[in-house]
Amino acid sequence: MIAVLNIDWQTLADAVGLGSVYALMAVGIGLVFGVLRLVNFAYGQLIMAGAFALALASQWGWPVWAGVALCFAAVLVLSALMELVVFRPLRGQSPAVMLVATFAVAFLLEAIALIWFGSLGKIAASLAYLQQPVTIGGVDIRKIAIVATIVAVVCLAALVALLSRTNVGLQMRAAAIDFQTARLLGVRANRVIGAAVLISGVLAAAVAVLLTVQSPLVTPDFALRDTILVLAGVVLGGMYRLGSATLGGFAIGFASGLLGGALPTAQSQYLPSFLFAAVILVLLVRPQGLFTRSRQQAVERV
Amino acid sequence: MRRFAGALVELGGPALLVVAAGLLGTVFSHATQTYFIGALVNVAIVVALYSFIGNSGVVSFGHISFVALGAWTAGVLSVPTAEKPAIMPNLAHGLRTTTVANVPSLAIAAGVGAAFALVVGLPLMRLSGLAAGIATFGVLEITHNVLRYWEKIGPGLNTFSSVPETTGLLQAAVGALLAVCIAYGYQRSRFGRVLRATREDPAAARAVGVSMYVQRLVAFGLSGALAGFAGGIYVHLLPLNTEALYLNLTFITLAMLVIGGTTSLLGAVVGALAVSGVDSFLANAENGVSLAGWNVDLPSGTRIVVVGALMALVLILRPSGLTGGRELGLPRRPRIGSAR
Repeated sequence: MIAVLNIDWQTLADAVGLGSVYALMAVGIGLVFGVLRLVNFAYGQLIMAGAFALALASQWGWPVWAGVALCFAAVLVLSALMELVVFRPLRGQSPAVMLVATFAVAFLLEAIALIWFGSLGKIAASLAYLQQPVTIGGVDIRKIAIVATIVAVVCLAALVALLSRTNVGLQMRAAAIDFQTARLLGVRANRVIGAAVLISGVLAAAVAVLLTVQSPLVTPDFALRDTILVLAGVVLGGMYRLGSATLGGFAIGFASGLLGGALPTAQSQYLPSFLFAAVILVLLVRPQGLFTRSRQQAVERV
Repeated sequence: MRRFAGALVELGGPALLVVAAGLLGTVFSHATQTYFIGALVNVAIVVALYSFIGNSGVVSFGHISFVALGAWTAGVLSVPTAEKPAIMPNLAHGLRTTTVANVPSLAIAAGVGAAFALVVGLPLMRLSGLAAGIATFGVLEITHNVLRYWEKIGPGLNTFSSVPETTGLLQAAVGALLAVCIAYGYQRSRFGRVLRATREDPAAARAVGVSMYVQRLVAFGLSGALAGFAGGIYVHLLPLNTEALYLNLTFITLAMLVIGGTTSLLGAVVGALAVSGVDSFLANAENGVSLAGWNVDLPSGTRIVVVGALMALVLILRPSGLTGGRELGLPRRPRIGSAR
């Protein structure tokens, strides 16, 4: 099997790295879904905005820390705007309306980037040294794969601590289970939703930094394909629990990285077909998600 | 009698709009006419979307894959045999030697669209909610991916050139009109009404013995046929490639449906015509146009910004769309003694 697929340690490490990045995106999407019951299709465009911020900073010759700061600032401002201008007026609409609305926002942001930066894109090169390999025990592994994995683990650990140890975390978990009852018990809707949107923005900015190292050319459709895959992964894992959603994101990133690195080109061009066919198959067998225990079915219509 | 008149008004609204758009197109120069033709093709695609999404209430991101398959079918079949090796060198043998005329190619495109939709729908219609939305997206991804790289069934990455350009104003208008009539016939039929019932109240529909699965599957197959047909008309209009039949078209056609009003045929037609109008004006402006002495020259991408903003605005301010999701109707007779 290993010989057939030609998997080496480098491919495996890259797959883990990509899985980690996708897991972070899955958390970002899952957090907002938890409190708002809204699937944010425009999540990839937040990442795209952060990536353009990094590219601009590297074009202006800013130091790395300033570029990363600009990236976080851009993504957070955009997240807050998205919540105020789009999510808030849509609150309480049917899930179908909200999904289609964020679909529109995604295309809107992509087109704005197209007007602003052109279709050729810009290069974010200030972190390019992370592409170089480091030798561990005789095996070459790209630094970014290690950095991505560490960043993901640290972010997830911080998030778990936040959700389980702080007051706002408790409120977020309560809101995710039953928003109405949580509000009756004194949870402030705007505060909880604001916190979820901002944390999800922080994760998007982190993902932007990691993804620009992996593919330094930033175009208006940056992270669009990744978002579609992650959305599939999130639904595949089970949307209604953050843990299963994260696992789903990791799984699809890992599978995508592994197959993409291991298959010869003649087959790897059909990789999206394989992945989505697998997703559809799994959904048929377990529509409620791969990593969920409960038998409850998703009843709302989207 | 009144019921018949009501039906006539309901169908008449959208049908007249299509006819009017076709007639209006004839008075313009050739260059402007293409915008009208494009708008009518959009009507056909959006009506196909509507016949599933509007009646079932389930959002599908996958319908453009049926359009793409219809376009591929009609395109491959109607390129003259002499020109096939030049643009499709790896075409499968059976396809290389056959050529069909314009109308049969459209009919076959509709058939292939329906068959694909039924095959895909057989498992997919069991799903509901988010899982269904993501799965239809998966279908779009798979279709796009396969059409892009499988050169035995089409031009692959290349553009579909040398397809006879038979879609003029007449074919586009007749095609759109046909789609409107079929969609209306379906929605007035027993099947359409039952599916609408499942949309309004799944539990009640199930309680009276309606199978949501079967009803959705019927609608999916029908809208697959309409979408394939629309794809056939589209490929006879201009040379297409896989990128023209992917996310952007999915977005713009969904936007048309949502802006017009998802739950009515009138909404589908109004949305398609209105957004096409705005879109063609902006497309013109992106190439530079002088408007009342002003030289307008918009950067490329403005179209999507405007349409996206329109769609978001409509969703926030008027989620049921411009038409409110209603058909045209006769004025209601006042009921004597009614409480309202």
